[in-house]
Amino acid sequence: MNISRRHLLVLLPAAAVAWKHVLAGSPQDSPNYQMSEHWWGMLIDIPKCIGCGNCVRACQAENDVPDGFFRTWVERYHRSDIHLESPEVISPDGGKEGFPAVAAGEEGKYFFVPKMCNHCADSPCTQVCPVGATFVAPDGVVLIDQKYCLGCAYCVQACPYGCRYIHPTKKVADKCTLCYHRITKGLTTACCEACPTGARQLADLKNPNDPIHEFLKAHDVQVLKPQMATGAKAFYNGLDGSVR
Amino acid sequence: MSSLKDAGHLFRFAGLFVLLFLVFLAVRSYVVPKSFGEYGHYRGAAIGEIAARPVKFAGHQTCETCHTDIADTKTKGAHAHVNCEACHGALAAHADDPANVTPVKPDTAVLCARCHSASAAKPTSFPQVDPADHSGGVPCETCHNPHSPVIGSDSTPSAAKGGSK
Repeated sequence: MNISRRHLLVLLPAAAVAWKHVLAGSPQDSPNYQMSEHWWGMLIDIPKCIGCGNCVRACQAENDVPDGFFRTWVERYHRSDIHLESPEVISPDGGKEGFPAVAAGEEGKYFFVPKMCNHCADSPCTQVCPVGATFVAPDGVVLIDQKYCLGCAYCVQACPYGCRYIHPTKKVADKCTLCYHRITKGLTTACCEACPTGARQLADLKNPNDPIHEFLKAHDVQVLKPQMATGAKAFYNGLDGSVR
Repeated sequence: MSSLKDAGHLFRFAGLFVLLFLVFLAVRSYVVPKSFGEYGHYRGAAIGEIAARPVKFAGHQTCETCHTDIADTKTKGAHAHVNCEACHGALAAHADDPANVTPVKPDTAVLCARCHSASAAKPTSFPQVDPADHSGGVPCETCHNPHSPVIGSDSTPSAAKGGSK
């Protein structure tokens, strides 16, 4: 078959439309939600975090997270002025009930780092699943099919951010779903809803009107462990170099 | 043809292979879920199942449809960007059935201190006090309206006690 340039110009957009149709799907119960129109991530603004633990409590309430396990948690870093590479990190009960006070004038720098699933575009956790029970959904959210999961915990080991755990009673892998049951209904995540300072912002990278685009242009934003090339979509503003 | 005369056992063996392959196909079509492979190497229906879970935080837009007075007070104050359920907790149950599910009013002694108790680890621009030193045990809402906490910014500080309509 001979394809002229003219034919190609017609064929390419047609193929793009067809491919978009293939990718587009609507999960049950959210008929107006098109997976192909979203690419979800999260913005975490460290200078705004006060370590109140609202996000941790909200997440546990919204998602029935068992006690002692966390889909999101807050760490407090103490980076000494001398030992820049070895910060002291605490996270009592995931920071759920806040942190012990620090007296004014202490040596070094203190700051809070909320942690959660980074919803990596090239996620190491989904690549190791032997049965196809965890996957990156077409809208960029890393999810677990708990009916299919064997509980082998390969993914728990594979996650470089320690964001997965084996559910103590269900015996299957569990993690942050980016409140998938909320964002598909047009709501924000429970942690963002409960954050009093706006330190966490749900971001839709495919929405041209989302403030994330302006924010990424105007600020020095990093992801955790960029050297692992995970395509992490939890964007940290004001991230100190000592954070691991 | 004489070369095939003694090949019967090969055909029987091939037939067995074909039969086993058909059994494999039949079992596979029964065992593999219908939606497996719809979007990738996973069960497509799982996405819908996860999305169908119930919501517990109603979202501030839902609260504001009824509690317009509080929303008005809040937009003018320093807590304009603090969502309702950041303090009041998950209340989708109340939004679904306002008559029967009554929210418990949060204890300001615990609630306010959670964010505003002083610590050098918090950003310096964030308003912080030592709760014991600041009020001497007097409840926060005696002086501050939680919905518009800066004293003097709201003409009706007792609105804090009213809460909802």
